[in-house]
Amino acid sequence: MSLEIKNDTGSVMLVKVDDLLNWARLSSLWPMSFGIACCAIEMMGSMASTYDLDRFGVFPRPSPRQSDVIIIAGTVTFKMAERIKRLYEQMPEPKYVISMGSCSNCGGPYWQHGYHVVKGVDRIIPVDVYVQGCPPRPEALIGAILELQKKIEQESLLKS
Amino acid sequence: MDEISQLSEFGKVFIYLIMGVIFVLFTFFIGKLVAPKKPNPDKLTSYECGEEPQGNSWIQFNSRFYVIALVFLLFDVELAFIFPWATVFSQQQLINADSYWGWLSLIEMFIFVGILLIGLVYVWKKGDLNWIRPEQFIPLSPSKIPLSAYKALNTEAYQTKSFCMDTEVPIPEKVLPESPVSQGKPGFTPKFKRPAL
Repeated sequence: MSLEIKNDTGSVMLVKVDDLLNWARLSSLWPMSFGIACCAIEMMGSMASTYDLDRFGVFPRPSPRQSDVIIIAGTVTFKMAERIKRLYEQMPEPKYVISMGSCSNCGGPYWQHGYHVVKGVDRIIPVDVYVQGCPPRPEALIGAILELQKKIEQESLLKS
Repeated sequence: MDEISQLSEFGKVFIYLIMGVIFVLFTFFIGKLVAPKKPNPDKLTSYECGEEPQGNSWIQFNSRFYVIALVFLLFDVELAFIFPWATVFSQQQLINADSYWGWLSLIEMFIFVGILLIGLVYVWKKGDLNWIRPEQFIPLSPSKIPLSAYKALNTEAYQTKSFCMDTEVPIPEKVLPESPVSQGKPGFTPKFKRPAL
């Protein structure tokens, strides 16, 4: 990214529009307030004061219309999968998905005998970043946010 | 600023308003220009927490909310007036200038609150604050057990006792009917005999 945010001399800053847009987008990744199971507790913990995801511009929104990223935090049952699909569809583009925890990555402990569990949320919606762990630590979720920011950095909103 | 400004104070506010409108419109315009737009039927449905939307979103609210909102507004505005009044009320300068200032402002505020209170009393008296509840319908089913049986059960059998700090509650001793011992069933009674030496 060729964006010079800090400029001591106060001179003119030249940026590509793409870079500016990407910088704006990755600095304010708003997830949807959406937690399914126990991983959501870790997600809440990472948004609370100890880990403070707000310093990365991550701030939960109550509606999919205002959110950029949906964090699938928990066991995705078939009953829930329908709702997740609809919520994902209701988010405006560009939208991203973070799959948090083993359950939403691959079914987790229910991978073999869980008749009610979707074996990975990537079977219903495209996933950008997977977070391993059962449940992942808040640091892992923060790492996922940083990875997602790296991914957004490479994108071009104008060319797509 | 020694020079006389060509803009009046209202002119500054006007420029501020115009700039505000332009700023918002510009942001909307840029958003429309840049944001990708991919509508589909699922996205255009109304958001109901991921559920399938049911019925019409134009629900009629109870018109009684209107009266409650009006009464709320009345006292909300009252508070908004009381706050600036409270800052002036106790200023020593004003009290020094006129010794009656404190009494005057206090009585004025009482009159103001009194007028609003009369309004509240009026609304109360009129019954506008009463919330009309739907009548509850208690279903009755034909049963051979009379209601008095339940009543007797609740009042007698499961009566709650008042709490008492005494841990040693005298337990009424049960008087066992004296029955003839071991005259009923013949039972095996072990006997320990000392082996003969």
